[in-house]
Amino acid sequence: MFELSPQDWTAIALSLRVAVVSTLIALPFGIAIATVLARASFWGKSALDALVHLPLVLPPVVTGYLLLITFGRKAPVGAFLADHFGIVFSFRWTGAALACAVMGFPLMVRSIRISLDTVDRRLEEAARTLGAGPLDRFVSVTLPLMRNGFIVAWVLMFLQTMKELPATLLLRPVGFDTLAIRVWMEASEEYYQLAAPSALLIVLLGLPTLLLLLSKDWRAA
Amino acid sequence: MKPRPSVMSESNLQPDLYRPASSVLELRGVSCAYDVGRPAVSDIAFAAHEGEILCLLGPSGCGKTTILRAIAGFEPVRSGQIFLSGQLVSSQDQMIPTEDRHVGMVFQEYALFPHLRVQENIAFGLRRLNRSERKMRVQDMLRLVGLESFERRYPHELSGGQQQRVALARALVQHPVLLLLDEPFSNLDPDMAGRMRQELHDLLRRMKTTTILVTHDHDEAFAMADRIAVLNQGRLEQFDTPETIYHMPATPFVADFVGQADFIPGTVSSGMVHTELGEFPDTLGCEDGTSVVVMIRPDDIHLVPARAATSHVLSRQFRGSENIYAVSLPSGQIVHSSQGSTSVYQEGTSVELRVLATHTVLFKQLGAGPT
Repeated sequence: MFELSPQDWTAIALSLRVAVVSTLIALPFGIAIATVLARASFWGKSALDALVHLPLVLPPVVTGYLLLITFGRKAPVGAFLADHFGIVFSFRWTGAALACAVMGFPLMVRSIRISLDTVDRRLEEAARTLGAGPLDRFVSVTLPLMRNGFIVAWVLMFLQTMKELPATLLLRPVGFDTLAIRVWMEASEEYYQLAAPSALLIVLLGLPTLLLLLSKDWRAA
Repeated sequence: MKPRPSVMSESNLQPDLYRPASSVLELRGVSCAYDVGRPAVSDIAFAAHEGEILCLLGPSGCGKTTILRAIAGFEPVRSGQIFLSGQLVSSQDQMIPTEDRHVGMVFQEYALFPHLRVQENIAFGLRRLNRSERKMRVQDMLRLVGLESFERRYPHELSGGQQQRVALARALVQHPVLLLLDEPFSNLDPDMAGRMRQELHDLLRRMKTTTILVTHDHDEAFAMADRIAVLNQGRLEQFDTPETIYHMPATPFVADFVGQADFIPGTVSSGMVHTELGEFPDTLGCEDGTSVVVMIRPDDIHLVPARAATSHVLSRQFRGSENIYAVSLPSGQIVHSSQGSTSVYQEGTSVELRVLATHTVLFKQLGAGPT
């Protein structure tokens, strides 16, 4: 049918790398924030809830811009991370991963939170009568029962990452072309045929995860 | 620190809080704050001895589950104290977490871990033990509840009765100081519930496990319990043996809740209570002219058909082993009588009533008693 050029393969690798890394970065934060939002009650909870959902409502370009002025080399947070941990986000591939992690974060928190709400609290009470402390019962009872939520969170995050463009564009280094960026670049210069393979690849890579999301096999368990 | 008496030195305890080890559980003036969806309870006091099966009995919303949850450590107490094996576990400013209380609990819907097999569910509380000992304890327990061949199943692959046995095994395998049962038979069909009741009773007796059982079913309480605490609207109405609860109820509520009862009004004069059904000794020692009610159970009233009688049968309810008759007295007062299943009288039959009670229970007024 069509052959993939080395650039295509690079783009696939970059897209997958960003998707996997951003999901991994977001996961622990996602679990923590979802747990806090689902279980705790404290002053400013709705503010936190709103903040988490901000990337969902803000135009992605604005989110990217906010990330840039927060995590840029000269911005306070960015400078702190660079000086103390050697982590730099602006114009590195890590910046693209950060952008995708933030963009997909609301979806991840929502699905984890929903699955947490469906875990019967009495199971945790049962674990308490069997001598399990807070961390123990969260790890051995609650987390395993949230499995479905993690699958949904991962799939939504992956799909979000594969199609993410504006925020990535702002934070990526030059020449860091994910599939979505390639589609945008070729199409914006009216090379529509050249944009086609990347566009098709995004769809093809997203398809299996979408099927996973819709399949009933794992949901029944 | 686990609240086990064997590992505790007496010097840890405040002297005035010390209680002999025979009281596995003691509640002193316990009140729980009102919380949305959970009835409040106030000033609850009772104690359970080693190996005793104690029942918290009352209608829904009476606070029995709140008390059970306070004992388990899920619910804070607003005032009063709860002691487990002589150690203070709950008070206004102290709350030992559930996981350190060493109590076993069987939840109403069993709360089995759906992602774990039967054997893993039972072994959950034994994770501190080494592998071989854990396996041995689980096997022993599986044998005891008759589920040897189901160890590799998941909870959803079991029937309700089997799930309950797993829940019981999971709670008992860790040799808890106290076993808490929250309406354990309410999710089983009546036939199964009856069988499980007997099995559970035998098992608890054999293991000498001190048990607190919550139920709304007085038959269940009578069949299982050594002593019963009857609760109503968050208050303890009576704490006694099943026989005393039935024959000598302390309040009209208890009388009515643990079995059918009629309350006949009467007036005291010279040591006797005069009622429409005859005279009864005044056991309360009231002054002449005091209005009281006499509690009479259907099994204490015998019916004799008599053409000249002024009372007549209103209705008959066939219950298999007995017939329950509603009888209307001349004043319009309705009383109930239990007759043998072969004694069939038509509606409207004129009957004489003979009260055969060996003792009567009097109340000054009906108070909060229903109907």
